[in-house]
Amino acid sequence: MVSSKSNSNNNYDVIVIGGGIVGASIIRELSRYDLKICLIEKEAELSFGVSKSNSGIVHAGFHSPPNTLKGPLCARGNFLYDQLHLELGVPFKRVGELVIIKQSEEIPDLEKFKRWGEECGVPGMKILNESEVHQYEPSLSTDVIGALYAPTAGVVNPYEFVFLLAQNAKKNGAEIKTSEEVISIGDRVAKTTEVITTKDRYNTKYIINAAGLYGDRIANMVGIYNFKIIPRKGEEYLLDKKLKGLVKQVIFPLPSKTSKGTLVIPTLDGTIMVGPSAEDIDDKNDLTTTDEVCWQIFDKAKQMIPAIHHKYLISTFAGNRPVPVKLIKNAKGKYVKDPDGDDDFIIAKTDDVPGFINVAGIQSPGLTAAPAIAEKVISILKDDGVVLKANKYFVSTNPNPKKIREMSDDELDKLIKSEPDYGKIVCRCEMVSEGEIMNAIENGAQTLDGVKFRTRAGMGRCQGGFCSFKTMELLAKGLDISPLEITKRGEGSNILVEDLKKQKEKI
Amino acid sequence: MDEQYSCVIIGAGPAGLSVAIAITKNSKKKVLVLDREKHPGGILNQCIHTGFGLTQYKEELTGPEYAWRVYSEAKELGIEIRLSTSVIRVSEDKVITTISAEKGIEKIKAQAIVFCTGCRERARGVIHIPGDRPAGVYTAGLAQKFINIDGYLPGKRVVILGSGDIGLIMARRLTFQGAKVLAVLEASSFVGGLSRNVVQCLDDFGIPLYLSHTIIDIVGKNRVEKVKIARVDENMRAIRGTEFEINCDTVLLSIGLIPENELAEMAQVKLDPATNGAIVDENYMTNISGIFSCGNALHVHDLVDKLAVEAQTVGKKVAEYISGGVFAESDIIVTHDDFIRYLLPKKISGKSDVRFHFRVRRPLSDVVLKLNNFERKFPYLQPNEMSSVLIPAKHFEDIEEGIQREIKIWIREN
Repeated sequence: MVSSKSNSNNNYDVIVIGGGIVGASIIRELSRYDLKICLIEKEAELSFGVSKSNSGIVHAGFHSPPNTLKGPLCARGNFLYDQLHLELGVPFKRVGELVIIKQSEEIPDLEKFKRWGEECGVPGMKILNESEVHQYEPSLSTDVIGALYAPTAGVVNPYEFVFLLAQNAKKNGAEIKTSEEVISIGDRVAKTTEVITTKDRYNTKYIINAAGLYGDRIANMVGIYNFKIIPRKGEEYLLDKKLKGLVKQVIFPLPSKTSKGTLVIPTLDGTIMVGPSAEDIDDKNDLTTTDEVCWQIFDKAKQMIPAIHHKYLISTFAGNRPVPVKLIKNAKGKYVKDPDGDDDFIIAKTDDVPGFINVAGIQSPGLTAAPAIAEKVISILKDDGVVLKANKYFVSTNPNPKKIREMSDDELDKLIKSEPDYGKIVCRCEMVSEGEIMNAIENGAQTLDGVKFRTRAGMGRCQGGFCSFKTMELLAKGLDISPLEITKRGEGSNILVEDLKKQKEKI
Repeated sequence: MDEQYSCVIIGAGPAGLSVAIAITKNSKKKVLVLDREKHPGGILNQCIHTGFGLTQYKEELTGPEYAWRVYSEAKELGIEIRLSTSVIRVSEDKVITTISAEKGIEKIKAQAIVFCTGCRERARGVIHIPGDRPAGVYTAGLAQKFINIDGYLPGKRVVILGSGDIGLIMARRLTFQGAKVLAVLEASSFVGGLSRNVVQCLDDFGIPLYLSHTIIDIVGKNRVEKVKIARVDENMRAIRGTEFEINCDTVLLSIGLIPENELAEMAQVKLDPATNGAIVDENYMTNISGIFSCGNALHVHDLVDKLAVEAQTVGKKVAEYISGGVFAESDIIVTHDDFIRYLLPKKISGKSDVRFHFRVRRPLSDVVLKLNNFERKFPYLQPNEMSSVLIPAKHFEDIEEGIQREIKIWIREN
């Protein structure tokens, strides 16, 4: 029995390590049940690891064969997005995707993907001929001769999705801890395991390892060494809203073995994004962008959509995919790369480590699959004998987030008359009001980037040149701290270094 | 029923207020100035250095002092200024939608609109500086706001990229506040800002200026730790072997200003790619009848005093328009040669004298500007300084009537 209430505040039924899209999906799914649960994230905000830099594509689900975890979980995850959209207010749009080809020899590849998709249950796919593909997407390069079209693909803001999942989980009783890193995991005694963090010690019946790039580090803490995670860097280039409408669908080239390729993505916010690149690197913290990759990406994007130009560039970022490499012990007892290992998701309990479930190596299509992964984790717990009693207080919905840029004049006028802070524009490029920023802070935003990713303040063409300080003032007020303590994205990234108004006193 | 005004001016900075004053002095019509900020004066409020008003007021004023003078004059004339009010939409038929905490959403119908929306700074993303994305990378204007308005120092060891005026001014300002400015880097072979600012803000404080240099990498996980710098060739490409590093905690960007015309574009106003400002005729009217543009929203000025002169001209023309005046059709297209980076107005009627404003692409000395038989000598022309030339109407006269009514202004090197 798991659901017995403990007297101590630090005793949990389940601890989820990692507050990205996977961890947040799992904690929200767990919050449906009468369990004492918490999520621990080492960064200052949720989603600030892998998820923040995700391309934001909800894939249709034809990129992987049906005998993998990826294939069916991706198709199932895609299906679940409609409900999440309705329940949590996750902005989501099914824009469709096109895998384009320029040579007729590539048609069999499209047919293969279509077959995989159909076997995984992806609806509505079809192969477009030359005239159809140009009707679907008029700005395509003229040498495109066909495409696989999948209407169910969509776009979301990955970080926003994480925030909304966590917001709902919290409302349903889950605890969310940020800026707290798991540093070791103790032995299992009387069916509980001790989790030691930079701030505290906890006891838990189950640990879910959703630590993204650091999934191997967490697994090693309990003696699991049969995989490692290597970072595969992807650079993304965000273009000005002036290009809104240039493409309607997500445009893919024919994928390679390591990546789905450089895409042209119509983001949910109306900008166009090109990327990502795919480069295996050594340093999990390396989020640099480089000139070479920038040019490569624009070259590739232009081959698909000639109207793309770097003069529209407004922002650049990079993220690292957590790529799993499966390992086996060799004759000398050393762990080496498993020659038969694949790069599929690792979602399983480990028989010799009770109470520990790995959800590791969740690279693409992890964002899409996350809701289905959460379901799978619940079924693993059930299979392990956990009795899941419904949380009687569970509420599946989030309150309406009140985004003024999406309101009609009448709606907005009415809102301002009752809550005037929604009439104070802070970010003019993206039209974000003081009310929205205060709301974001109430819902957990701790940093300038945290506000930006929740509200879009500072994400537009001036990149925060005009609104940064106003946002900082609101953060200082909302968190009751000095502007000097405000960081871009957590410890050490302070924006300001000295209060000049106090300089005189010092002298 | 929507509110109605003869003219609505968007922006209560020096351009907006000066245009409003000129309109009011030249007509009896009802004028409204809108601004999103709590205080009038626009960006001048954070420019607390001196050097403003030398020709307008024959005094050396600070930015806020200059703004106060213009604002006071507008108030004396009884001009209505609505603050803390953001314009969110402008339609082609001149209906302006505003938002404010006080009044919610409002619509205003105007007979004429003047866009005095100023400009914004180019940010890091626009030029793609490779490297990490730590805290400590700011535009020079944001740093200016941190220090001058909010009273906080954004960093102690600073490298400035770009030699625009705000960057130069900030080099001095940061030094005054106890920060160390380690270098000012400029990718082109000449300075972007005014020469007087190079002398007064860099030379006087021993701050090194590196021309033909740029940042090729920003390093720092959380806060900037260092920058990698290299010399660049004429095509702005880094030259191998010239790299060096500077340890710093802050990078300020002073890499150019972009006129803000997103609202104007909503009203179908056409922009000139050379300025990012509206294409205007000799009356400073855009392609949309009754929509005008003035100040840094039209083209980035070097001195507020020159902007004031422009605002007077624009104000008179707007007054004429809203008083029922009919302009002679501006159907002559003005083009220019490659020495000139941009020139305006681009459309003229040929029936009256026109003052053209222009900037050159690179420093020139001892040159002659020509149009038909008009010639004007310039001992030197600098890209960092806005130049102007008044060409009398008689020089447009011998243009032949034809399908392509086009004249070309060009520069000859002696």
